[in-house]
Amino acid sequence: MQHGKTHITSYRTHGIILVLLLFLTTITITVTWLDVGRLSVGVAMFVACIKASLVLLYFMHLKFDELIFKIFAGMVILLLAIVFVITFFDYLFR
Amino acid sequence: MTSKTTALPPGSFFDQQGKYKGILGWLTSTDHKRIGIMYLMCILVFFLVGVTLGGIMKLELLRPGAQYMDAQTYNGMFTVHGIIMIFMVVIPGLSAVFGNFFLPIMIGAKDVAFPRLNLFSWYLFLLGSTIAVLSQFGGNGPDTGWTFYAPYAINSKTNVSTAVLAAFVLGFSSILTGLNFIVTVHRMRAKGMTWFKMPLFPWSLYATAWIQVLATPIVGITLLMVIAERTLRIGFFDPSLGGDPILYQHLFWIYSHPAVYIMILPAMGAVTEIIPTFCQRKVFGYQAIVLSSLAIAGVGYLVWGHHMFTSGMSDFSRMAFSFLTFIVAIPSAIKVFNWIATMYKGSILIKTPFLYTISFIFQFMIGGLTGLTLGALATDIHVHDTYYVVAHFHYIVFGGMGFAFFAAIHYWFPKMFGRMYDEKLGTVAWAIVFSGFTLLYFPMFILGLRGMPRRYFDYLPEYSSGHFISSIGAFVLIIGIILMVYNLVKAARTGELAPANPWNGRTLEWKVASPPPLENFDHDVEVTEHPYDYE
Ligand code: HEM
Ligand SMILES: [Cu+2]
Repeated sequence: MQHGKTHITSYRTHGIILVLLLFLTTITITVTWLDVGRLSVGVAMFVACIKASLVLLYFMHLKFDELIFKIFAGMVILLLAIVFVITFFDYLFR
Repeated sequence: MTSKTTALPPGSFFDQQGKYKGILGWLTSTDHKRIGIMYLMCILVFFLVGVTLGGIMKLELLRPGAQYMDAQTYNGMFTVHGIIMIFMVVIPGLSAVFGNFFLPIMIGAKDVAFPRLNLFSWYLFLLGSTIAVLSQFGGNGPDTGWTFYAPYAINSKTNVSTAVLAAFVLGFSSILTGLNFIVTVHRMRAKGMTWFKMPLFPWSLYATAWIQVLATPIVGITLLMVIAERTLRIGFFDPSLGGDPILYQHLFWIYSHPAVYIMILPAMGAVTEIIPTFCQRKVFGYQAIVLSSLAIAGVGYLVWGHHMFTSGMSDFSRMAFSFLTFIVAIPSAIKVFNWIATMYKGSILIKTPFLYTISFIFQFMIGGLTGLTLGALATDIHVHDTYYVVAHFHYIVFGGMGFAFFAAIHYWFPKMFGRMYDEKLGTVAWAIVFSGFTLLYFPMFILGLRGMPRRYFDYLPEYSSGHFISSIGAFVLIIGIILMVYNLVKAARTGELAPANPWNGRTLEWKVASPPPLENFDHDVEVTEHPYDYE
């Protein structure tokens, strides 16, 4: 099998991403202290999404992969979104 | 034809390979064909255990009143019966056995993409199954049903956590097999084997593999949450701990409805191979079959809520799920039309595999159409949690997937074992299995419509005749199954040697020797024609 070009990410980039992830974690924790009511779930989910994307893009190399893998990953995320929406048909209208 | 116990011709995958001999040679083999056969052995044993448990339950239900067991024992029985049949028999079923054995051959490859991962999946399967068996010992076997509904599963004093762990490990095995098949189909196809020259069984495995990879993790996490709630008392699902029991049902069925498609899609794929061969006709509507497989996989992911119509979900959700459920019926029906149209004007050879195939279509249609009764909101309220549901899913899972498995094992048996089974005995066994099945499950529709609830060890006198007929059917069915297994086991040891292509099939597996050589093909394969060019 012929592979596409391999890409090596520098330690520097990995380090920056790690710091970013830790920083985002502190945001999640801080928000639980500020009493923002129902919003706290939203913020936590939002931060978690950013973190997951960073891990996918850099640590799992999606950013440097072939298009087809990006499409697959995109479809999975779309599916997850659809499942969330459908589940909330129940919670929002109950 | 050679005399009865001639040895298999040399050079097949059964011959000595690797550095270990005998059983160790099998247990360390990464050959997809050996792994497929190891799955077959395990699944056959589990199936017979499950059948036995079912038979014992039917014995208890033969007459009203408690004869052989109390309610608690019965609850344990239907739980293990369900766990074994769903997680250890039908979910791995066709894809692990025939998928492993035939996917690489049918696309012209030497093996799957990750042979070691494949062996590892088998070990995980064995580990999960062992844990499931262990859950029966030390304390009480689980009594929640295979669905592990909260809050009961959270509070039951039986070994629920062990059983849940077993399902978790089995799920992992399933994910890894799915992953392996996706990569195999993308990367290992022979030269000239374009996507639309791929036979339809590999196509169905490909659609299935995506569901395995995308849906199974959800039940994995859910099951871990159940364990966490039981041990650490974190309130996810139990209202008394602040949880939401309907959330459990959502999460469980987000996996478990797609799981029914994990079972049925490869079954449809196998049937789609058998029909063109036994009618010697080009399959009707190749692309429609491919697209309907993908559509079933896709839409089937979004209908899980039809299991929850009576659980207190929002009205809007109920309507949405009911609508989506009716939509899935369309691609399923397309397949049925394709099968029938393929048979039309064919020169049909009525042999055991074909008999199982047409009974598959018949039973699958009964199962599918009664599924619509359950998918319509108003009627579901009447029949929910009654024997109507039990009849429905047995018609789909057993009458559909189980019969397709029987069809496939007879169809591919000569290729896998290099020997022929006894055709006459096979036909007789089919007749007994089919009559037993109908006698066993058809009365359950009527019992259900008249209000007999599911998961009870006893019943009111007005249901006696229905249960009586159904129990007799169970015993007939079991006799048929024993006969079928006997025929196959005997054939594997002493059957007549099989030619390379006993049914005059066109797909690649019929172009190699029976049984196939170690790496399937002695030369590089190049595909030029369509898989079903009969005329
Ligand atoms: C394809 C293979 C299928 C399998 C293996 C299967 C299996 C099952 C099982 C095990 C249940 C019982 C759930 C419980 O424990 O309460 C069930 C219920 C149900 N099935 Fe299927 N099914 C299949 C196909 C279908 C189809 C094609 C439809 C409709 C188009 C359908 C509609 C339903 C509905 C609506 C229920 C809920 C019934 C209720 O809870 O009242 N199923 N099925
Ligand atoms: Cu369902």
